[in-house]
Amino acid sequence: MKLLKCIVRPNALEDVKDALSSLGLVGMTVSEVKGFGRQKGHKELYRGAEYNIDFTPKLEIEVVVNEELAEKAVAAVREAAQTGSIGDGKIFMLPVEEVVRIRTGETGEAAI
Amino acid sequence: MHKLDSLYNPRGGGPSASRLGVFLALAILALPSLAQADQLSSGDTAWMLTATALVLFMTIPGLSLFYGGLVRAKNVLSVLMQCFALTGLVTILWIVYGYSLAFDTTGMEAGVTNLHSFVGGLGKAFARGISVESLSGTIPESVFVTFQLTFAIITPALIAGAFAERMKFSAMLLFMTIWFTLVYAPVCHMAWSGPGAFFWDLGVLDFAGGTVVHINAGIAGLVAALVIGKRQGYPKTLIPPHSLTLTVVGASMLWVGWFGFNAGSAVAADGAAGMAMLVTQVATASAALSWMFVEWVKHGKPSVLGIVTGAVGGLVAITPASGSVGPMGAIAIGVIAGILCFWGATSLKKKMGYDDSLDAFGVHGIGGIVGAILTGIFCAEALGGQGFGDGHSSIGGQLVAQLIAVIFTIVYCGVLSFIILKIVDAIIGLRVSEEEENQGLDISLHDEQGYGM
Repeated sequence: MKLLKCIVRPNALEDVKDALSSLGLVGMTVSEVKGFGRQKGHKELYRGAEYNIDFTPKLEIEVVVNEELAEKAVAAVREAAQTGSIGDGKIFMLPVEEVVRIRTGETGEAAI
Repeated sequence: MHKLDSLYNPRGGGPSASRLGVFLALAILALPSLAQADQLSSGDTAWMLTATALVLFMTIPGLSLFYGGLVRAKNVLSVLMQCFALTGLVTILWIVYGYSLAFDTTGMEAGVTNLHSFVGGLGKAFARGISVESLSGTIPESVFVTFQLTFAIITPALIAGAFAERMKFSAMLLFMTIWFTLVYAPVCHMAWSGPGAFFWDLGVLDFAGGTVVHINAGIAGLVAALVIGKRQGYPKTLIPPHSLTLTVVGASMLWVGWFGFNAGSAVAADGAAGMAMLVTQVATASAALSWMFVEWVKHGKPSVLGIVTGAVGGLVAITPASGSVGPMGAIAIGVIAGILCFWGATSLKKKMGYDDSLDAFGVHGIGGIVGAILTGIFCAEALGGQGFGDGHSSIGGQLVAQLIAVIFTIVYCGVLSFIILKIVDAIIGLRVSEEEENQGLDISLHDEQGYGM
């Protein structure tokens, strides 16, 4: 099993969600995050006081998938979230040792 | 000239008879109005009840929201609390002795300078003699007391913008109690209590509170910002406003409420009130646009905070002028105030290095001084104004009177504010601890949060 952590533009959420759903994935977790990579931040100006805001708002989508779906899911997210401009985000893939469904106690792929 | 003593300062209860004659112009028509001097006018009373509510609305919630949006989220409640608590505190002080110190006319004589030119007695302390029947001019004295109270409330609340995000709540209450007593009440008395008062006898034009409210608050704010010191991290750390939405809502309420402030200062439902309303609207619009365009040229974009701050600067600047100038003078005052307040809140503050958190001095101090001085110019009939103050017949003479009032207020308020702050600092300390400041005053002083998540 793999955990995909996808950092994407906030407005890419619907497309990414639809793309993952079409692969048959039934769950995901979304968080509002801020960060920076190659994309620069922006400037804010209040009564002449200038602030450089380095951290740009992004969404982090976490989804756990079967081994065989992992590559497809990565491709689906990438296709859905790509605009071609700097700031499209990143996808991290991590191994997952165990998954437990709290309600039933099921484990492994049956619990995803 | 006779008309002018009532025009430039209609607040005193006594001489208001002549006010009725002002816009009738004909001396013959003025006579019957003299006979009605001490009769209640239901029209005047209805307007003044309304104006009083409008001015209270300026502080809660207008100024509270304007200021609340400008601080960081961790301090929003502390600012709202200061405005609300000051509304309560000043109300009680006003009834116990404030109104009396400001408006008791015992011992005053036109043209004679004595102690009572500077401060009233205690004849009206504890609201003595104020009954259902007592009148102040053509309105119930109870309405006059409440109307003036709302001015006494907003002035200390304006100061709070200068030391926002770092002052102890207890120190704020003690400072404001003493400041209200030793600075606000006397300056209010000097300007508005009637013949024999210091500014009044100089023929100073201050219709709605350029000296009393705005220069007073701006200077006290500047001194407080200097004495209490900068916020941690200022100016290097980011200290952006947490909700400009609240700030715009608050500024809009100030604009609307200000009709009560300026048009209400006619203390009548008459032509003076109507013209005050018009020039208030015009100057505010001019200042909002002038700040916006100056910032647009200088920084490349017109900003929301800029346009609303400019509007407040215009409201401040037209305040002393609102009984003396015409609509074209109001445009000039607004444009100049917008530009100079922009300079005060940006360049001047940066250059001098003080941390006036919400620009109480940059907007109210600068705007108040600009307005008080320009009143002396644009009151001239040749410039569309309504004429000079008592005893003046030229712009030069009027300007001298305006400058004396401005400089006196700056020095008096500046020195007294400094001494009071030092005393309060010695007794209980002005500033919260470093840790409390970091945590935010909402949690550290009030055990609450503005936004529960």
